[in-house]
Amino acid sequence: MTRRLRPRLHEIRSTDRTKDLAVSTLHTSQATAHEAHGHDAHGHGDHAKYPFLQHHFDTPAHQFDSAKLGMWLFLATEVLFFGGLFVAYAVLRSRFPEVFSYASHYLDTLMGGVNTCVLILSSLTMALAVRFAQTNRTKAMVWCLVLTFMGAVGFMVIKYFEYSHKIHEHLVWGKSFYVPPPDQAGAEEAKVISTAPAPAPVALTVANPAAPSVASLVSTPPVEASAIKPAAAAPGGLASVREQATAEGLPVADNDPAFAHPSMHLADPKMPANTHLFFAIYYCMTGLHGIHVLAGMVMLAWLIWRGARGDFNSNYFTPVDVGGLYWHIVDLVWIFLFPLFYLIH
Amino acid sequence: MTTIDASRPIDLASRPDNYLTHTRGFLSWALTLDHKRIGVMYMAAVLVSFFVGGVFALLVRTELLTPGQTIPGVTADVYNQFFTLHGAIMVFLVIIPSIPAALGNFVLPIMLGAKDVAFPRLNLGSFYLWLAGAAFTLVSLAMGGFDTGWTFYTPYSTTTTTGGVIPVLFGVFILGFSSIFTGMNFVVTVHKLRPPGMTWFRMPLFLWAIYATAIIQVLATPVLAITLMLVVIERTINIGIFDPSMGGDPVLFQHFFWFYSHPAVYIMILPAMGIISELISVHAHRHIFGYKFIALSSIAIAIFSFLVWGHHMFTSGQSPLMNTLFSLISFSVAIPSAVKVFNWLTTLYKGNISLTTPMWYALSFMVLFTIGGLTGIHLATLNTDVHLHDTYFVVAHFHYVMMGSALIGMIGGLHHWWPKMTGKMYSEKLGTAACIIIFIGFNVTFFTQFYLGAKGMPRRYYDYLPEYQTYHVISTIGSYIMASGFFLTAYCLLSSLYSGRKAAANPWGGGSLEWQCTSPPPHDNFAVQPSVGDCYDFRALRWDETTQGYVNDPALAAEAARNPLH
Repeated sequence: MTRRLRPRLHEIRSTDRTKDLAVSTLHTSQATAHEAHGHDAHGHGDHAKYPFLQHHFDTPAHQFDSAKLGMWLFLATEVLFFGGLFVAYAVLRSRFPEVFSYASHYLDTLMGGVNTCVLILSSLTMALAVRFAQTNRTKAMVWCLVLTFMGAVGFMVIKYFEYSHKIHEHLVWGKSFYVPPPDQAGAEEAKVISTAPAPAPVALTVANPAAPSVASLVSTPPVEASAIKPAAAAPGGLASVREQATAEGLPVADNDPAFAHPSMHLADPKMPANTHLFFAIYYCMTGLHGIHVLAGMVMLAWLIWRGARGDFNSNYFTPVDVGGLYWHIVDLVWIFLFPLFYLIH
Repeated sequence: MTTIDASRPIDLASRPDNYLTHTRGFLSWALTLDHKRIGVMYMAAVLVSFFVGGVFALLVRTELLTPGQTIPGVTADVYNQFFTLHGAIMVFLVIIPSIPAALGNFVLPIMLGAKDVAFPRLNLGSFYLWLAGAAFTLVSLAMGGFDTGWTFYTPYSTTTTTGGVIPVLFGVFILGFSSIFTGMNFVVTVHKLRPPGMTWFRMPLFLWAIYATAIIQVLATPVLAITLMLVVIERTINIGIFDPSMGGDPVLFQHFFWFYSHPAVYIMILPAMGIISELISVHAHRHIFGYKFIALSSIAIAIFSFLVWGHHMFTSGQSPLMNTLFSLISFSVAIPSAVKVFNWLTTLYKGNISLTTPMWYALSFMVLFTIGGLTGIHLATLNTDVHLHDTYFVVAHFHYVMMGSALIGMIGGLHHWWPKMTGKMYSEKLGTAACIIIFIGFNVTFFTQFYLGAKGMPRRYYDYLPEYQTYHVISTIGSYIMASGFFLTAYCLLSSLYSGRKAAANPWGGGSLEWQCTSPPPHDNFAVQPSVGDCYDFRALRWDETTQGYVNDPALAAEAARNPLH
């Protein structure tokens, strides 16, 4: 039976043209297996020949199909898992469209674009790895898996640079979005604020006559907001930085969104209220995606280890195949994340 | 339960192979991949949780005996923790895993004629995830507990000062993945491991119900998982997605939560309905009436379950249009539910009813589920819901469904398959008496609460006006009656392990495949691939006095073959 099943299973996956034929072959072999069961109830005819075949499956193809259905179901749960965040994104974006079109400019489209390409390429190498596993080209399969792994590493490295850049610019989540750390506010400003009669949190002292009122930065002002002086009365704060920058002809936030000084978004009078929400959902979604990439890297390392050990061949490539499915969904999520965050406008 | 059996002397002659004694030692259980052992371990764990959750229920009821403080030391804050723990334990640790993970794990592959579930290792993994989730709940208690209610509504859950909120959120997150993996396993098992001859419409109705449940588990639970993670993030770094003071939307949490938790109600009730389909038919010895309708109504309920979550939020500021739509769709759930109830009734009609303990549970289920379902119509009606929202009427309604139906179905199923699981028969007298006590206690407890709620007693309150006290006292007495019934059940089942008589392969006269293998089943379930026929055609079965069970009579089988049912 080994002789007969091996080439057939191989054929099944090898070309699309033979697929119909192959499917009928598959059924024949399953039926044969059932007959075998009838004659030899507990002989485990196929099981002795295929060490990887678990006792409750009849044939390798049976086991493969079950694993694949299981993986597709898992992918459905992944879609719904991310789905919650996509719905949250949709709700927030429909409530604050101006926030999304404004804040999107703080993201680095080039880095995001490169990352998109890296992931698409890694999907290609993953698909090739599956193909090579099915055609017994173990060495090529391992190399493709290694390339896929490198793609994941590249993605995470670029993502690391993006995150650290954002954090350096103090484009962070929550209320701290409006509170620059002391070392970023600058010594001069800190001094000015410390001499102010009613020291308000630096966060909300966007003290430019043209700036939106502080209260509008968050839809319902937090308690501290009431302590903040009207814009014109405030002596300094970040406005002084801004005026200085304008005087020196430096780019300022309203005409150069990539204005890269720490916390400079706070000096931008055009920053709409609730801009922090964009970064909140950005970190949630890309962070969850990053966790999935990390999980994918663990999976790929495991596949490389097993592949190098020679576990996979045209009879048994289930882990590579279902691992590939997982990797593709991780890529696919990014394909949606990239335009939703980086390419608004 | 497990250790008792493992330590008992075995009669090797009569039971050559038996999953309980196939291998021995702690590790042979802890690392088992046998779906039957995993099912038994789940059952033990779920029943222990049921005991703990029940203790909290009794504490809540006792505290409500008088207005103000009743139990010394139980302040309003402690009381809040009590009802929260009762709800969270009963929902996430007991009811959701009880039928699919415990009974389903044991029964599903055997009923299907398979050797195991599709992914045995994942199955064991689900069980350990369950244990981890339960452990997180304990950690949460050690860290100060939580008082958010089992619903974790924001903004309270993101601002309450009780220290255990984050661990319990992680715990429920993990329990969710336990549930997802069980569901995935069952869907693949039903699709891929049906033996030749087991077509979709030859599957026992319990399998249809478990299948529909598994679909909901796979599709709804991930949304809860991400929602809980958002609450954790909101609580730790305060990103503002659910915080109105930061532009967020607390009602969004409610949408997310109920998008899972309403389907979760059907995760609880659908498998119980599947059990009742089995019990009614087997113990009335009559072919199930309307097989296809019952089977497809399970799928219909699974689909509807995703479209009605908004009926939990009629007073949360949804638009009137959405309220109306959700109200209408909620009404329509009554159709497939009623299809089931009427088909069960029709199966009983002219049936040869054996009033066994499982049948008593099935009859209790039909009464309690009908009451629970019909009061659901009251709550799906917009204007009455505004009056009844967050009152004891709601409490009574969902206890009739979640406890009176889901848990009663589970206990009925446990009695039905107990001989198969343990190889022992329990005392019918004790079992029946316990069932009747539970039924009476349940109705005294919860029917009173319909009245209490209609009079305006809000749910979750520690204190109340003196005019409500009579009803609270009646309700509390009912809960004690019910508790005594459950203790009697526990005694009845546990004592059978020691003194029960040996169970025949088919003690009730069931026609599905699990009754074809010995009690308890062998390690590999079937020595030979069983033949699959109509599992509700009982005409070939004959009672055999010597084995005290039903056997297949070739003469009756031949006669049945001459007169096909369809």
